[in-house]
Amino acid sequence: MIITRQKKIDCILDLVSEGPVFIVGCSECATLCKTGGEEEVIKMKNALEDKNIKVTGWIILDPACHFLNDKRLLKDCQEKINNANKVLVLACGNGVQTVAEIIDNVEVIPGTDTLFLGEIKRISNFEKRCEMCGECIQELFSGICPIARCPKAMLNGPCGGTIKGKCEVNKDLDCVWIIIYNRLKEKNQLDRLKIIQKPKDWSKSGEMKQEI
Amino acid sequence: MGIEPILQICCRDRNRIALQSDVLGASSLGVNNILFITGDHQSFGNHPSARGVYDVDSIQLIKIVKDMRDEGIFESGDEIKSGKPNVFIGGAANPFADPLDYRVDRFEKKIIAGVDFIQTQSVYNLERFNQWMDEVRTRGLDKKVYIIAGVTPLKSLKMTKRMKFYVPGVDIPDDIYNKMKNTNNPKAEGYRIALNLINEIKKIPGVHGIHMTALFWEDIIPSLVREAGFIPRP
Repeated sequence: MIITRQKKIDCILDLVSEGPVFIVGCSECATLCKTGGEEEVIKMKNALEDKNIKVTGWIILDPACHFLNDKRLLKDCQEKINNANKVLVLACGNGVQTVAEIIDNVEVIPGTDTLFLGEIKRISNFEKRCEMCGECIQELFSGICPIARCPKAMLNGPCGGTIKGKCEVNKDLDCVWIIIYNRLKEKNQLDRLKIIQKPKDWSKSGEMKQEI
Repeated sequence: MGIEPILQICCRDRNRIALQSDVLGASSLGVNNILFITGDHQSFGNHPSARGVYDVDSIQLIKIVKDMRDEGIFESGDEIKSGKPNVFIGGAANPFADPLDYRVDRFEKKIIAGVDFIQTQSVYNLERFNQWMDEVRTRGLDKKVYIIAGVTPLKSLKMTKRMKFYVPGVDIPDDIYNKMKNTNNPKAEGYRIALNLINEIKKIPGVHGIHMTALFWEDIIPSLVREAGFIPRP
């Protein structure tokens, strides 16, 4: 899932300036992240109205990254959108762009920051899992990705900064290499870590292929 | 001066193109001893907002440089037309970081990748260092590459605390910490501890040299070198 975090209200107020505002949410990732589902969109509407910023309407796209679907759904809101000065999108960075592709007469602004592709651990607790490198190699590491989960993207074992199983960069972050090591040890597959992993072929990543 | 410097190149700030370019540049200027490391994470430095590169890791870089030197090829497989760079390849090893069981494996991996020498993390915990060296000797790794042990003199209690509690991968045992805590003269105590560590490390079979990192305290190096018996040089 695409993990997002809502921008701070002061930042959103700066971006919307005096309004009026039309708010867009998303039925999928942003709903699960509690950053742009119906509940959060209504909360945002109330927060803006409390600051005397007029909200002309709102919609939850299904989902915001679906171009044709968005076109159809936003058509029904055309008048409310035309009455706004800003369209505030509470979806991921993709959702913002899909909406901006369709709405060209009103300024579209992001209401969230998009963080990573990750897993929902518990409600409002997410962990990064994938870097979208274009060539999955998790079979080497027992289904755990060091590219996404090691801040140095090490492919040949842990760096020298592991402290009591935690990453040197963030003591709340488990060192992914300790997780990989323990998992392979349990499976009697530690020999795998002796193989020198070659540099990754980043030409396979989305950097150069933006359309499929 | 008759002293050979060791250049350090790290993977944090440069991609494989720039790294190979640096190796060619250093070698063409006669700088042939190079230590290749992944590098401390940018969040610890004075530009914490920088984007890290990490295109390759230290082991991959060591293999790339070995292939440049021995095969005369770049990472892409293209031939180096200007000739093979003459590099004495170095790497780092940390005997004190987790998982302890894996640390000799990782060192061996660097040897297979192509290192000629390694520099260790600063040694304070001699017991742990000896365990690591035992395993290194059992596998005959000390016969394959030069092992240079790191010694970082402690200049103050503040530095000791920082090294013990905040610097990743450094292991300062409580007895050294307490000596620094209870002394009235931390500089003299830190110097004594460093000298003692050097003398103890010199006795360990398979260690080929000492790397003194007198951080912000370089002026003690001449006397440390003299008192540790490194002058005249062997």
